[in-house]
Amino acid sequence: MELKEVPQERNTTLGGQRKVVYAKDAQGRLRIAASEGWEVEEIVTTQALTSLQNLATSALEQVRLGQASSLAYWMHERRMDEALLAQSTGFWRWRVRRHLKPQHFANLGATDLERYAQALGLSVATLKTVPA
Amino acid sequence: MLTPTRPRSNAEFSHQHAGHCESGVASALMRHSGFDMSESMAFGLSSGLAFVYLPFVKLSGLPLIAYRTQPKSLIKGLRKPLGVDFSFETFSSPERGQARLDQLLAQGKVVGLQTSVYWLPYFPPEMRFHFNAHNLLVYGKEGDEYLISDPVFEAPVRCKVEDLNRSRFAKGVLAPKGLLYVMDRPPVQSEISPEALRKAIKKTCRGMLAPVPIAGVKGMRSLARRFEKLSDTEATTADFVGHMVRMQEEIGTGGAGFRFIYAAFLQEAAELAGNKAWAASADQLIEIGDGWRALALAIARMIRARDPMDTRKLAQMLRRQADAEEAFFRSLVKTTA
Repeated sequence: MELKEVPQERNTTLGGQRKVVYAKDAQGRLRIAASEGWEVEEIVTTQALTSLQNLATSALEQVRLGQASSLAYWMHERRMDEALLAQSTGFWRWRVRRHLKPQHFANLGATDLERYAQALGLSVATLKTVPA
Repeated sequence: MLTPTRPRSNAEFSHQHAGHCESGVASALMRHSGFDMSESMAFGLSSGLAFVYLPFVKLSGLPLIAYRTQPKSLIKGLRKPLGVDFSFETFSSPERGQARLDQLLAQGKVVGLQTSVYWLPYFPPEMRFHFNAHNLLVYGKEGDEYLISDPVFEAPVRCKVEDLNRSRFAKGVLAPKGLLYVMDRPPVQSEISPEALRKAIKKTCRGMLAPVPIAGVKGMRSLARRFEKLSDTEATTADFVGHMVRMQEEIGTGGAGFRFIYAAFLQEAAELAGNKAWAASADQLIEIGDGWRALALAIARMIRARDPMDTRKLAQMLRRQADAEEAFFRSLVKTTA
């Protein structure tokens, strides 16, 4: 890539930041240039975000239908999956999966709720609810 | 480039924007010790270039695909060629980790940390994924905020104590466990020897040509085979191939980015050692980097449905990259004989 080809495509996922890329100058030497982003990166990042967003949205619907616990929503909202939530809380994965169901989540004691709240960076009160 | 100056205190720390977090941190620590070193030199000298496809290590259900060597290696790799020494510490609790960080800062040290990107509030929300191998430098503390030099940001940033602790002790794949590192001993060598460059290049060639199916050019071919097993109509295919590009372009500076950084290293090495073959190799590697960019572009177009999803075509492009890199490293290794 040459210096004049360094993308300045205002990738919105960079939040106004610029990133360093290395590109060739007229003498063929690689130099550092600041880039406002490449559309390709925006596309793949947006794609990943949309997938995560879809998981959170469908979890929210399920919570409203009484088919999933609020934990399921917050897990996806925090961009986590069962494996990561299990690792972050120290619960076995099968227990996490159980707690994603409303009836089992409702039976959780204060200590267990605190573990989830801590791992997700939420208050226990927030963990028990979902956005209106 | 190699003009040792006097070591600086952490109040004199100067931030520099870099292409990748760990090579940025490694070169910043070197410069801070008085050894003027570019990011690309740090990357090349520690043999940072690689390709690894780990289907059994999952990040949000998708395999780990890395275009560089394992975390910490870019820093550790400077030990031998320069006689510099770093010490690494991990902690059992955030309290201990914070206490040690504060203690080192009080001693006037600049401290490197491994962190999770997700829990760093100064990252734009769109970039906050659960990726645990992000490196940054802490050079001070004011009230309840740390002063941070994050190499992938243009300017220094600040982060609340609580947030940084959370980020340092995030769980999951590549969990940092509060990892911190400092330079224990400044470089013994006052310059980089041609012999050190030769060894570093040889090591990279060996890694890229390794006879194992998950690493180097063979790893690329394994990933190409995986591509061919994906269905062109399933939605998860877009997630998979998009993930590959994200690992390539976004995590640090990715596949093409690392190839360009390594090419910059080869140019510097050529000049330092008076080795014209390395300069010619750099030009070849820039072309290979452009090939990675073309692959990323093809994938993005398929994700956006500007082109139909065609995983066979992607596999073919990836194989071409593998072939080009195999030829490249076979000829590069001859220059180190």
